[in-house]
Amino acid sequence: MSTTVTAIPTKPWQASRRERAIDSGIFLAAITTSFVVVALTPMKGKLAYFAIFFLAYALLTSTLKGSQRGSAAAKDALVNSLVAIGAIVTVIPVISILATVLKNGLPGISLGLFTHDMALATPTDPLNNGGLLHAITGTLTLVAIALVLSVPVGILTALYLTEIKGRFTNPIRFLVQAMSGVPSIVAGLFILSSVLYPITKAYSGLMGSLALTILMIPTIARTSEEVLNLIPNDLREAGTALGGTQWRTVAMIVLPAAKSGLVTAIILGVARIAGETAPILLLTGGGDKVNPNAFSGPMGSLPYYIWKSFNAGSPEAITRAWAGLLVLVGLVLILFTLARFFGSRKAAK
Amino acid sequence: MSVQELVIPKPREITTEPRFSDKVFRGVVTTGGLSSLLLLGLIALFLGYRGFEVLREEGIGFITHSDWSISTDDAGNVLESHFGLAAMLVGTILCSLIAVVIALPISVFCALFLNFYAPGWLKKIMVTIIDMMAAFPSILFGIWGFLVLMPSVEYWAKLLHRYLGFVPVFDMQVPVYTRSPFVAGVVLAIMIIPIITSVSREIFSQAPLDRIQAAYALGATRWAMIKAVVIPHGRSGVIGGAMLGLGRAMGETVAVFTVLNIVFQINWQMLLGAGGNVASLIILKFGDASPYEIKALMAAGLVLFALTLIVNGFANLIVKTTGKSGR
Repeated sequence: MSTTVTAIPTKPWQASRRERAIDSGIFLAAITTSFVVVALTPMKGKLAYFAIFFLAYALLTSTLKGSQRGSAAAKDALVNSLVAIGAIVTVIPVISILATVLKNGLPGISLGLFTHDMALATPTDPLNNGGLLHAITGTLTLVAIALVLSVPVGILTALYLTEIKGRFTNPIRFLVQAMSGVPSIVAGLFILSSVLYPITKAYSGLMGSLALTILMIPTIARTSEEVLNLIPNDLREAGTALGGTQWRTVAMIVLPAAKSGLVTAIILGVARIAGETAPILLLTGGGDKVNPNAFSGPMGSLPYYIWKSFNAGSPEAITRAWAGLLVLVGLVLILFTLARFFGSRKAAK
Repeated sequence: MSVQELVIPKPREITTEPRFSDKVFRGVVTTGGLSSLLLLGLIALFLGYRGFEVLREEGIGFITHSDWSISTDDAGNVLESHFGLAAMLVGTILCSLIAVVIALPISVFCALFLNFYAPGWLKKIMVTIIDMMAAFPSILFGIWGFLVLMPSVEYWAKLLHRYLGFVPVFDMQVPVYTRSPFVAGVVLAIMIIPIITSVSREIFSQAPLDRIQAAYALGATRWAMIKAVVIPHGRSGVIGGAMLGLGRAMGETVAVFTVLNIVFQINWQMLLGAGGNVASLIILKFGDASPYEIKALMAAGLVLFALTLIVNGFANLIVKTTGKSGR
């Protein structure tokens, strides 16, 4: 009776133990070099450690690979290090931003922050005076009105681009893309010149919402267009074959199928405008009281609160600004996570 | 059996005419689509209309002179005014060019890393982080840049000045490093890295797989493959992405305002703490501007709008044509 012999699966393309040892050796050598150079030469600071470590690592690996396998391998190793630097340098600011916002913002967070407004306090007061209730309600109001105005236009634009494909498809697609590059301050100036000065002549939340609408439409339109393009044409053809009009096909088949993607588009739009500052500074007037009426009276908002506190300059005010930033970043991250959640759920189906 | 008379149903009328509900539907959707087209036109129209008086007064000097002053008598009548954007335009272009020069190599390497080097799990995490970074509000970058980043960047500027001072752009007479175009450029670079990275990543991922595999089969190293296949395929797309970043950097307001010292003098020395920026000018002057000066600010907004629209238009055109040729 013969025993069956199963070959142990091998992965010859993986690095052998010896290669891994050499790699980590080079890594350690580069770290040592950076410490030695920083200790012996006048170059100091985090930047020096970082730069010398990478230089040493890149040089060591590429000379080693070059001596083993020639110049092509040396270049390859050099690019390996460059690419790693690119990735690390991209991520460092995000980590730094999140860390500083958490570190500086947490001391300013208290329950009073969410139950008081700044009607009876100035940014330089001690932290237990006043709060950002007016800013939160203001931002929510601004975003809600902008949503009501921009969602229909954004989704109708996307429908025009994907379902109707009429004569204006190309110019509209081009202009919507160009519109997503309109600087936020220009949107603010536009509302200032077209609505605020000739018609209402007073700062109010509505003016801010109108500017935010302009900024939000292209985000919603572009993302929705991508989502609608992913809906298979078979569904549309099936709808038509069953005798449905285009209206019923779109309303009963295409839109429900794209629902979660459209929700993602809307959430991304909200995340885009929630922290928008420049038009808010021009248009809302930035009140310090909770103002539930968006149509009259100055309206506070998170970006305005942060801006005002930051410019007041005293340590209390700066802490207020950081606390406001923490709330704002929290809001944006929650929205972002929601968008991911809906987006990935669609992909999973 | 009686033969019943055969009743032939009237033939259904076959027509390509859409039904009433469809006509309404098409009408509504087309209106929605056209309204976004209309908005852009309205922006240019209104800013031009408001700024017309100033533009006519200043003529071509509005973009070639660089003094910005207005004097009024007690009743608020304008006695004399000079509005020139030259210093601000130069500053805007300088800051955004610095930003693109810094951001472009980092983003391209990062995009290469994501597409061809990173294992799947790392790629997923990093793409999420980069998308998240694109959603950060600009005021966050502004305040973080001012309080956290600026001290380090000033130190880098000192290094550049000391060791590379012989290069004209790093030269300056008075050593003032605070709030220079260089600082603003670094902050802007961090803001546009996610944009350029995601455009480049998209373009690189469309590189034809058969050619990638052919390159590997011929014994190419990873870099040789990238050089032979990915870069020729993606070059113009990356340029388009960089221009998108340039457009974003030009229109950025709050983040630049916090880290840039605005001076009404044309200055090409990027390390010197004196720069200009059209968008920041608007925020700076808006607070206590007289009605006539507001008109000048509207005209400035129009110039900025036109500038970003042109840059973005070109960028989108380039990205679009590359995307198609790849398939």
